[in-house]
Amino acid sequence: MPAVRGDGMRGLAVFISDIRNCKSKEAEIKRINKELANIRSKFKGDKTLDGYQKKKYVCKLLFIFLLGHDIDFGHMEAVNLLSSNKYSEKQIGYLFISVLVNTNSDLIKLIIQSIKNDLASRNPIHVNLALQCIANIGSKEMAEAFGNEIPKLLVSGDTMDVVKQSAALCLLRLLRTAPDVVPGGEWTSRIVHLLNDQHLGVVTAAASLIDALVKRNPDEYKGCVSLAVSRLSRIVTSSYTDLQDYTYYFVPAPWLSVKLLRLLQNYTPPAEDPGVRGRLNECLETILNKAQEPPKSKKVQHSNAKNAVLFEAISLIIHNDSELPLSVRACNQLGQFLSNRETNLRYLALESMCHLATSELSHEAVKKHQEVVILSMKMEKDVSVRQQAVDLLYAMCDKSNAEEIVQEMLNYLETADYSIREEMVLKVAILAEKYATDYTWYVDVILNLIRIAGDYVSEEVWYRVIQIVINRDDVQGYAAKTVFEALQAPACHENMVKVGGYILGEFGNLIAGDQRSSPAVQFQLLHSKYHLCSPMTRALLLSTYIKFVNLFPEMRSQIQDVFRQHSNLRSADAELQQRASEYLQLSIIASSDVLATVLEEMPAFPERESSILAVLKRKKPGRVPENEIRESKSPAPNANHHAEAPASITGAVNNTSADLLSLSTPPSSQPTSNTGVLLDVLGDIYNMPNKVATNGAQNTYNPKKFVCKNNGVLFENDLIQIGVKSEFRQNLGRVGLFYGNKTQYALHSFQPQLSWSEENQQKLAVQVKPVDPVLEAGAQIQQMINAECIDDYSDAPSTIISFIYNNVPQKITMKLPLTINKFFEPTEMNGESFFARWKNLGGANQQRSQKIFKAQQPMDLAQVRTKLQGFGMQLLDGIDPNPDNFVCAGIVHMRAQQVGCLLRLEPNKQAQMFRLTVRSSKESMSVEICDLLVDQF
Amino acid sequence: MQFMLLFSRQGKLRLQKWYVAHPDKLKKKITRELITTILARKPKMSSFLEWKDVKVVYKRYASLYFCCAIEQNDNELLTLEIIHRYVELLDKYFGSSIRLLAQKHCILVCELDIIFNFEKAYFILDELLVGGEIQETSKKNVLKAIAAQDLLQEVSYGDVPIEL
Repeated sequence: MPAVRGDGMRGLAVFISDIRNCKSKEAEIKRINKELANIRSKFKGDKTLDGYQKKKYVCKLLFIFLLGHDIDFGHMEAVNLLSSNKYSEKQIGYLFISVLVNTNSDLIKLIIQSIKNDLASRNPIHVNLALQCIANIGSKEMAEAFGNEIPKLLVSGDTMDVVKQSAALCLLRLLRTAPDVVPGGEWTSRIVHLLNDQHLGVVTAAASLIDALVKRNPDEYKGCVSLAVSRLSRIVTSSYTDLQDYTYYFVPAPWLSVKLLRLLQNYTPPAEDPGVRGRLNECLETILNKAQEPPKSKKVQHSNAKNAVLFEAISLIIHNDSELPLSVRACNQLGQFLSNRETNLRYLALESMCHLATSELSHEAVKKHQEVVILSMKMEKDVSVRQQAVDLLYAMCDKSNAEEIVQEMLNYLETADYSIREEMVLKVAILAEKYATDYTWYVDVILNLIRIAGDYVSEEVWYRVIQIVINRDDVQGYAAKTVFEALQAPACHENMVKVGGYILGEFGNLIAGDQRSSPAVQFQLLHSKYHLCSPMTRALLLSTYIKFVNLFPEMRSQIQDVFRQHSNLRSADAELQQRASEYLQLSIIASSDVLATVLEEMPAFPERESSILAVLKRKKPGRVPENEIRESKSPAPNANHHAEAPASITGAVNNTSADLLSLSTPPSSQPTSNTGVLLDVLGDIYNMPNKVATNGAQNTYNPKKFVCKNNGVLFENDLIQIGVKSEFRQNLGRVGLFYGNKTQYALHSFQPQLSWSEENQQKLAVQVKPVDPVLEAGAQIQQMINAECIDDYSDAPSTIISFIYNNVPQKITMKLPLTINKFFEPTEMNGESFFARWKNLGGANQQRSQKIFKAQQPMDLAQVRTKLQGFGMQLLDGIDPNPDNFVCAGIVHMRAQQVGCLLRLEPNKQAQMFRLTVRSSKESMSVEICDLLVDQF
Repeated sequence: MQFMLLFSRQGKLRLQKWYVAHPDKLKKKITRELITTILARKPKMSSFLEWKDVKVVYKRYASLYFCCAIEQNDNELLTLEIIHRYVELLDKYFGSSIRLLAQKHCILVCELDIIFNFEKAYFILDELLVGGEIQETSKKNVLKAIAAQDLLQEVSYGDVPIEL
């Protein structure tokens, strides 16, 4: 056992040794359980523990927790330690609660109080301990409790430097949970001026904070640009001895330099002040110059720190994108790194060049390195580096080098790592389409893709080639000929059969003149693959065959035989069976004119963004690989120009995937085609599983249920669970919605929006409290909704919840459980008065408030009872002569009036039918009540 | 930085520090998966990888892997140096400056130091990084702060400011 430092706890060391000596997992668990029992009894025991003992036990619990076991006690003891007057005990207390925060406990108030005391301490070590704890927990409560205090601490002249450093970063942490924690106004300039602080540690911490603040409000913090440039200028021109302790392996203040360079990337190059701009360019030049100097040390730390600054400077040059000489120098520098022996540098150089390639200024310069990059793709030992090379090739590709790059990527694909194949296939497909001047080349590339990496060719890719062939008549003959040849390979991928089947079905006639590809040969070739294919492909081939009947009438009887085969006509697969029988009938009954109309060539697809691009973008959210050359920026103040991108991406995904679904039923639902007859019969069941899958497996949303209950889970899918709790009194109601994020990522731009017209607001006034725009991973937030019933109304308000998950916008529309029956007050009544009123209210217009309907589930009167009770009216027993019938009475409360309402539900067990009658003095109300209850049973 | 993990070559987690709020279950899952991923990598590979939606920077010192998950915009190379600075601080604090930074036979000692004094390892990290950002890059200043804490350890104090 090594020596335990300082105030070491012997008991703890012994315990840790014991654990280490455990021979098996079971032994370890046993030892831990023993210890837990021991600690529990100590904590519960009569003897008061002294501070040291508490500290020791809390520390043991912490150790057990860090081993991966759950700890459910000890929090109170840890909180006690916070106010200990021994620093070591206090520190352990803080460590425990930082690691095992228990957010919902009552302890949080005690914790906050202790932190407050320490923050107010004159001892900076205590203040820092408190600040670090706030930063470690970083919760909303912390932001609320200390949001005022910390900014003061940060800018006050009395605060010591070490405290300022912690305060700056603590504030940064709180900013992430509570964006409005930092005050604006005069605070802004005081915070910005921290960049001028004497103490480099303070400047470094402040630079991180300012970077985050700038991202929120670039205009307000604009003043930081010139300060940052001056500071940077002073650092890069200093020698490594000037900055003493802030020099790291001969590199002056690398952390601060990087932070300043990053901060400047929030702005476009400072245009209005040429002096600042000039100075910044000088800094960047100096950094580039230094890269050429011989290293001051052989240590990797020296080169890492130096190159870290260099890469950040290059990022800024790429971001500014306004000085050609700088961009070219940056590119050359990166080019040198491409053949550096450090893998890390090659990796970063490829990544950085990828950004450079998308700039108009430097695109050409990047292209000079094409050969080296191709070599990297082929030769690098590390797959993550190869991946970067592929990304770069994709980014540097344009009309002039497309054929070569695509060819190299295709060659490499044969041996590429499985992990990157799918993405490469997408990239090749996109490049081939984008830069094709000759579409025969495009068709060749895609068929090669299927041949080389058929398993990785997603639907989108082969859908796309079909769309393009259909839209371009100059390539149709070539496509037919090429797929025909490709299909002759003894083993060809099923995706090839799909593409081949589809294209021959449309354009097989274009090559039928050649004896070698006569209709009969085409048909036999396709049909030889038929039995090896999945039902979906078979269904597609059946469509091809019926198209053949139209294209080549001489093939009719042979094809009818195929339709008639048992394996088709009586297939266990419903879709195959349906297609076989319908196509068979069509081929028998329809005249050749009808056939020609129904089976006409597919009309052109509307032009749109390649669906493949959308898939690629979706695969890499946050790191969208670009093959789009930006125009050089004119210097104008703006920031965060990337912010809007994700929305448009998914927009494209949604509409294209919807369109593409129709493709799997070839002669189908193009709105412009006149095949409408077939539309219904060919309803495409293959798409069903897809649709279900995208909606998530365990969707819950049944608003009807909430007519008869007030609490429960209103909506649930893979991402989110929305629970509801509501209470109503008289004409007022309060609904609490609980949004729970089920995912591992925060949901951003979270916004529930009420959908309830102005007109309806006059009848049911609904007021919705705003919620935070960020719903953290695994977190739950609550939203209160107040409602007042003013007049009678029908239906119920909805809420539309939009948010961004993983860069993909999501939208959920959900009915709120605010139907009019919620404002019922149950009314007791005896039989006599009930029937008296019943008759009274039985006016002429009863038709609309009486419904007869079939039971939705086997009739269960006990369940009906429960539901009626939940509905809000008083269930009156013993009134109706038929004991099976239900009668209810209630009063709906509205602001200015109350409407009495009676109801009678008569089950007919034999017919499994219900008759429901509602009577009230307001006809519209009776109708609504009746509608709400229909189909509930 | 989103989190930092220290684990041994055998895949035993030695220290974990989270700068983002995740439920415990998720933390365990991330830890497990990431450790497996990194242990499977070969020595000559780059220290960076794209993993899920974060960038991971890792480096092995003797028997210990130091691994940080950073944001897309963070600087990879400098993250390596944050790790190095932390290693230097641990070495300096726990005594002789061999150990992690030196030859293989001395190595176990340092991992043991971290195991037996895990709370110290956390305290040192808290002086280096706050909220996932570097607070103090000067080695001297961090060590001074830690020494000042140690000085306070057993002294029961009044509220007297200590000169740093």
